Amino acid sequence: MTDIAAQSRASAPRGLARRLLTRPSFLIGSIVVLFWVVCALFWPVLVPYDPFYTDLMVPLKPPSATHWFGTDQLGRDVFSRVLAGARDILTVAPLATLLSTVVGTTLGLIMGYAGGLVDEVLSRIVDAVLALPVVIVALLALTSIGASMWTLLLVIGFSFSPIIARTVRASVLAERQLDYVAAARLRRENHLYTMFVEILPNVLGPVMVEMTIRLGYAIFTVATLSFIGFGIQPPSPDWGLSISTNYGLIGGGYWWTVLFDGLAIATLVVGVNLVADSIQGALND
Amino acid sequence: MTEVPALSVQGLSVGYTVKGVLQHVLKDVSFTIGRGEAFGLVGESGCGKSTAAYAVLRYLARNGSVEGGEIRIDGRDVYQLDAAALRALRREKVAVVYQDPGRALNPSIRIGDQLAEVFELLGVPAADRAQRSIGMLEKVRIKNAAVVARSYPHQLSGGMQQRVAIAMALASSPTLLILDEPTTGLDATVEAEVLDLIQALRREFDASILFISHNLAIVTRMCDRVGVLYSGRLVEEGPTRDLFAAPCHPYTTELLRCLPRPGMDKATAPLATIPGTLPEPGSVMQGCVFAARCRLADDRCRAEDPPPEGTAPRMVRCHHTDRLAELETEAEAPVHVRKAAGAAALELRKVAKTFGHGDQKVRALREVSLTLNKGETLGLVGESGSGKTTLARAMLGLIAPDAGGEVVLDGQVLHPDLKRRSLDQVKALQIVFQNPDSALNRSHSIARIIGRSMTRLLGLRGAARGEKVKSLLASVRLADRFLDAVPKQLSGGLKQRVAIARAFAGDPKVVICDEPTSALDVSVQAAILNLLVEMQAQQDVSYVFISHDLEVVRYVSDRIAVLYMGELLEVGPAAEVFAGPQHPYTRTLLAASSGEAPGITGAGGPQAQGCIFHALCPARIDGRCETERPAEKMVTPDHMIRCHLEAEALRA
Repeated sequence: MTDIAAQSRASAPRGLARRLLTRPSFLIGSIVVLFWVVCALFWPVLVPYDPFYTDLMVPLKPPSATHWFGTDQLGRDVFSRVLAGARDILTVAPLATLLSTVVGTTLGLIMGYAGGLVDEVLSRIVDAVLALPVVIVALLALTSIGASMWTLLLVIGFSFSPIIARTVRASVLAERQLDYVAAARLRRENHLYTMFVEILPNVLGPVMVEMTIRLGYAIFTVATLSFIGFGIQPPSPDWGLSISTNYGLIGGGYWWTVLFDGLAIATLVVGVNLVADSIQGALND
Repeated sequence: MTEVPALSVQGLSVGYTVKGVLQHVLKDVSFTIGRGEAFGLVGESGCGKSTAAYAVLRYLARNGSVEGGEIRIDGRDVYQLDAAALRALRREKVAVVYQDPGRALNPSIRIGDQLAEVFELLGVPAADRAQRSIGMLEKVRIKNAAVVARSYPHQLSGGMQQRVAIAMALASSPTLLILDEPTTGLDATVEAEVLDLIQALRREFDASILFISHNLAIVTRMCDRVGVLYSGRLVEEGPTRDLFAAPCHPYTTELLRCLPRPGMDKATAPLATIPGTLPEPGSVMQGCVFAARCRLADDRCRAEDPPPEGTAPRMVRCHHTDRLAELETEAEAPVHVRKAAGAAALELRKVAKTFGHGDQKVRALREVSLTLNKGETLGLVGESGSGKTTLARAMLGLIAPDAGGEVVLDGQVLHPDLKRRSLDQVKALQIVFQNPDSALNRSHSIARIIGRSMTRLLGLRGAARGEKVKSLLASVRLADRFLDAVPKQLSGGLKQRVAIARAFAGDPKVVICDEPTSALDVSVQAAILNLLVEMQAQQDVSYVFISHDLEVVRYVSDRIAVLYMGELLEVGPAAEVFAGPQHPYTRTLLAASSGEAPGITGAGGPQAQGCIFHALCPARIDGRCETERPAEKMVTPDHMIRCHLEAEALRA
């Protein structure tokens, strides 16, 4: 109905921010994410103990007033390690997501804009890459190149880009039909300008949504790979790594060495996904 | 004895809750439709006419609510019914035909089965349903109804689909039939057929009609009485003929004057316009809704909402009905229209275009040869699928015509590929697209949209560019404050002004206007047409003006070309094309738009040989027209008709 359609007119980017701020799920999600970002940046001043300091006099102490989350096998303070553990995962995952967004968006723009044979060939390659499980690809790459922060970043970045490419391609196909693209041709713009200056700003909405969703997955993938020993390496207080070294102790009743790291991963992923859902919802309003 | 009206709407107010705020879309609207009567609701976009239709059905969008008033169908209060009674009412008493039949019909169910569903709901035994469905299709004048019943919606043309939708609506013999812009998506000749059908069926079925449209001509033709909506208010109501002959409300008066009338052209007078813009739907206003744009408005109008006045059957809400005569201003002096010089600005030589390949070939254009003179406006008319847009795109170089065709600009043959044309050639040919929402990049500012064209086409940068953007905006009557706005902050008419400014940014020689006003409201259309005429007088450009609205084409054009299924059937001076001699197809097209029975039925197909129009032509010469493609015949030195008939016969 025309009446309602006309009313949703005022939806400039600033309007988007306002609409996001009225959503409780966005506020909760971003508070959680912000908390972990603060931890990742300022953990040295936030932690009560040095997370790397081993005190063999107090191994495996349960949570108490002195050690809120208890201590691990080497007597390190779990609370401090959980806060500091945000650092590496919140470096690798966002950077990997950013890389996959840049690569995926460029690929998607080329596929959607060029069409024809270029699209056909690139689409099949994208489909093929999508068919491979990310963890298997990552394992293969990390064992052959060697595990480091950089390989982790590259591997996750490139494995996630096909999905973003597909999303962007679909949006570009619709945009390409619009007359402003023909108008650009009528003033002899080159392809790069048309793709990146004319079309790209109009597909940024879906790109943003896809990026936040991928961030959630990237966090999970980094944690998974660290858990199986191919991700972030010791002595980092990384959550996945900590769970990996301590989960054998659960049987002995030392639950606190694993529970808080697990909760950290869960809250961060849920927080990111809440933000992703709100952005998607706000864009569709 | 008072009979119960088919529909009675009293004091209806409807609002939508948008972002938690209630916005009023209809306010205190009252009208009744008697038995067998056709009532038209007219208004421009956003005036609330569709909302009224949905409110009658109690089928408002989820955020819509009826804030007051009463709606009675056949004497029963629609908003007091329980769920079962409401279902029964919608099943038996009311039926709706929507604007787009393609979306109203289920694409995955055969026509016959969809129709049978209606009969199933009405409790017709299963054995009889198929027979009743076919009977219903025959009633809407569908030949070979049995075949259509087995088809899926996508296999039917738009006009055929709308007939099916009408058949479904009438299957229950409803008391009230709501038609929401039923022909807006259809071509002129098909529109005429569908309207004729509705007229005939109305008598047969004795249904009352609520007819919603933005098109004043159609409402005049279809309705006994009419109500004019403006910004959610019914500002005037009365018998159709009286109301349009002697409107009482300033809005109706001004709106009628915005339309190009037969006999007017750009050299006689500019079109009248209504200053200001349509209010945003739901905007809060004090006093009369039209006060902001009314030339008669005074302090009283701005403070006090006029009550309904006038003696039945007329009603008007205006404080100053006695001062309407003041609106009769003298027509403004026409802009000085330059006489078209004899030299050709653009020439098409045997431009053809075939899409697809192998067995799937579709001939969109068949060897079209045309000349556009300097400073002239060439109107290009034809129905959808006639190749108008393909022709425009081939001229611009957006698509390459088939080998053998040539586009010649100022004596130079243009390369079919835009990239291989010189900067001067690219500059010379520009376009104003139909839909500014699609034509303007929604993430770029107005200054950037126009400035970029100047940089690319004129090589202007920095302050020089800024100056020129400002002066161009001024010449399309856009204030400087819009420079930093993005398109969505502008109304439809303002957006189209930006699009026109962009087309003129590179000092073009030929501007193609592809239906530049068909996405706009009537009150805005006039201003845009005036602007185009003015720009032409200032800049000495030639226009190719594509439109399906014949009155609009006649107003702006010096010469008119008629296209049918890719074949150019006629080109000649505007007055001659309208008065004759004419191609039989042109005559059909004109008759359809003026409301006479078009006299063609069935559908034509793209024939391999013969005259393209022979299957539908009322003056067909059997044996010749289906086999032999007619040659171009010059009936006067400047008037070509492609037909086997003699000039004398074409004149008749």
